[in-house]
Amino acid sequence: MKKPLLIAAIALSSTFTMNAAHAARDYINVVGSSTVYPFSTVVAERFGKSTQFKTPKVESTGSGGGLKLFCQGVGVQFPDIANASRRIKASEVQLCADNGVTDVVEVLIGYDGIVLGNSIDANQMTLTTKDLFLALAKDVPNPDGSATLVENPYKTWNQVNPALPNREIEVLGPPPTSGTRDAFAELALEGGCKQIDWIADLNKKSKAAGKAGDSELSKKLKNQYKAVCHTVREDGTFIEAGENDNLIVQKLNANPNLLGIFGFSFLDQNIDKIQGAKINGFEPTFDSIADGDYPVSRPLYFYVKKAHVGVIPGITEFLAEFTSNKAFGEEGYLTEKGMIPLGDDMRKNVKSDVKTLKNLSL
Amino acid sequence: MSMNTVDKQTNKTNTIDLVNKNLAKRYRAEKRFKAYGIAAILFGLSCVVLLFTDIIGKGHSAFLQTYVYLEVEFDPESLEIDDISDPGQIARADYTGLIRTALREQFTDANGRRDRRSLYALVSNGAGFNLREKLEDDPTLLNQSVGVWLLADDDVDTYYKSRNDDGSEAFTGRLNEKQINWVETLIANEHLVKRFNTTFFSSGDSREPEQAGILGAMMGSLFTLLVTIALSFPIGIAAAVYLEEYAPKNKFTDFIEVNINNLAAVPSIIFGLLGLSIFIGFFEMHRSLPLVGGLVLTLMTLPTIIISSRAAIKSVPPSIRDAALGLGASKMQVVLHHVLPLAMPGMLTGAIIGFAQALGETAPLLMIGMVAFIVDIPGGVADPATALPVQIFLWSDSPERAFVERTSAAIMVLLAFLISMNTLAIWLRKRLERRW
Repeated sequence: MKKPLLIAAIALSSTFTMNAAHAARDYINVVGSSTVYPFSTVVAERFGKSTQFKTPKVESTGSGGGLKLFCQGVGVQFPDIANASRRIKASEVQLCADNGVTDVVEVLIGYDGIVLGNSIDANQMTLTTKDLFLALAKDVPNPDGSATLVENPYKTWNQVNPALPNREIEVLGPPPTSGTRDAFAELALEGGCKQIDWIADLNKKSKAAGKAGDSELSKKLKNQYKAVCHTVREDGTFIEAGENDNLIVQKLNANPNLLGIFGFSFLDQNIDKIQGAKINGFEPTFDSIADGDYPVSRPLYFYVKKAHVGVIPGITEFLAEFTSNKAFGEEGYLTEKGMIPLGDDMRKNVKSDVKTLKNLSL
Repeated sequence: MSMNTVDKQTNKTNTIDLVNKNLAKRYRAEKRFKAYGIAAILFGLSCVVLLFTDIIGKGHSAFLQTYVYLEVEFDPESLEIDDISDPGQIARADYTGLIRTALREQFTDANGRRDRRSLYALVSNGAGFNLREKLEDDPTLLNQSVGVWLLADDDVDTYYKSRNDDGSEAFTGRLNEKQINWVETLIANEHLVKRFNTTFFSSGDSREPEQAGILGAMMGSLFTLLVTIALSFPIGIAAAVYLEEYAPKNKFTDFIEVNINNLAAVPSIIFGLLGLSIFIGFFEMHRSLPLVGGLVLTLMTLPTIIISSRAAIKSVPPSIRDAALGLGASKMQVVLHHVLPLAMPGMLTGAIIGFAQALGETAPLLMIGMVAFIVDIPGGVADPATALPVQIFLWSDSPERAFVERTSAAIMVLLAFLISMNTLAIWLRKRLERRW
């Protein structure tokens, strides 16, 4: 008598928990970029505290991983929102469409600026992305002008560009695991790398080969191009200082000869101690980053699954909170966490797009 | 012949001489051998001591939290409350505004936007919620001016904690000169105090270090572990009993045995991938649930439990089985009445060590989405949750300096759990073990 009861109880409880795991979700599920994570979590936390809705769950999976999860389908077991520190790719839109996720709303929330700074006790640097590439890449074009690579021979800034001071090249930066490092390599180093014609040709040839159908050659050339443009030198001039930007700021303060790479928020918070280098003629300021003039900044996005709006409670309200002036506005709390806000007009557009849940168009 | 005997004699004396001569050397070797062992233990111990002093040294300050004293007036006009009986109005009101007014009144030298912004930054942005709770508890406070202790911002907290009594050697961090002056004024007026950090033990994760707590992760770990215990213990014991008591010895059972031993050595991330494809991919469960986490950790701990349970069953003397069978007990009665009770201490020890391992596991949880920012404290196995080691990982990655001490404090909490589980295992063994 006892045993059948026990078995029944186990079966009952297991089906109950299974049901619970399948049941309608009453919290928003956000996945995606680790760069957007600090901003998304702040909004989620405030949203949870100031409304009747549950606090959204934010997973840090990286942009690519997040969009892959997001595009897996429509249904409570799939995420509602995907954060990305780049725009969604056509291939990802296709993946979404294949799995029935056809209506997606794109929300541009702001920018993430990356700054090359030094102590205010030293002179402000005026650099170009080409200077940066030549100073920090592992292999640089042969100074004799031929289309070959040599190991980076430059020791001081004025060897790279005579207009720069005669100071040793010493740059503190984040390790390869960091998103800041990726973005710096992509925007600053590749930005300078592209200006050297024969290297830029590699990329063009790769694209041409891709179009001609020779995907292997295309891939090979692309990898070659990336290896040249993205590899940072390892001879001690580029010093990996850990992921903590605060630490880099402290070290810059102690040694005026050092330059450091860090997020814009840290420059903003330490404006009394640190100055940002001018890159391609633009100082890293709120305005120049927001206008897109400052070259080392990237847009931050999130994507919303329209089919989930109205099914998962709170999505509309969460979007409203994220795109309210107190959050992503010019003096919103997201700027305190280091996000560069959009310009006024852009913000208005984003807001109205969010209100009407305008579909993404690439 | 005589030559031979002489030879033998000299040989004999030679051997004794040799032994005597070598004796001192052998004693020395013996001593050295012992010393190596002691050195190994000392090395291990010093590593443990180093680890503990480092963690405790960094983490002990997280158990205190700085509070700021402010005179706050619950002004119905700025709160926009005209009907105190309406809970909606109380919930919606702008309490941060009250704190800002109070700060401006206390520090009149904050002029200009930038200054004011840095003044407001002295108090945690979660302090408004504390005021709301106060007013919700006692609506008569409206229109009154009361002195309240509010959570200080993490920068102020770090500054105050790192500061010597005479105000020297403080870590200023992001505080500017004006803010430091204000904080020093607060300290001089005794309007800044360190108290036991109850928030740390009573709230979930937060992006603001002063509001972040470990309870969410603790509950997540608890629910995950409950699922693991409920599933892996009975399954593991059933498997062990069958394999030891019933299974015939043939190639197939050998094959199973090899596989179980092999699974015990598989890296835990593999179980995470397995869980991802089975529970989330095939059964379509949600991500980040302690239920899924518990299922994955069950897969991971099962081999450990089966192996230790089999060892425990094996150590029960066959004479006990024979005696029971001889008295007419059935095979099941032998197992349930004699073998299992006698093997239980060994099984429990193995299982508890397996669960302690599961408690400290992060890698498989990464795959099933338990590495996430979750503020709400989970109330069951079907609520999204993180686990203790995951929380440590997430905090150690945060830029805010005040998370450094909280990371160490979270490690201390996890270590406390592990130590108590292992102590329980040892106690059970000592208490219940029988020798034959």
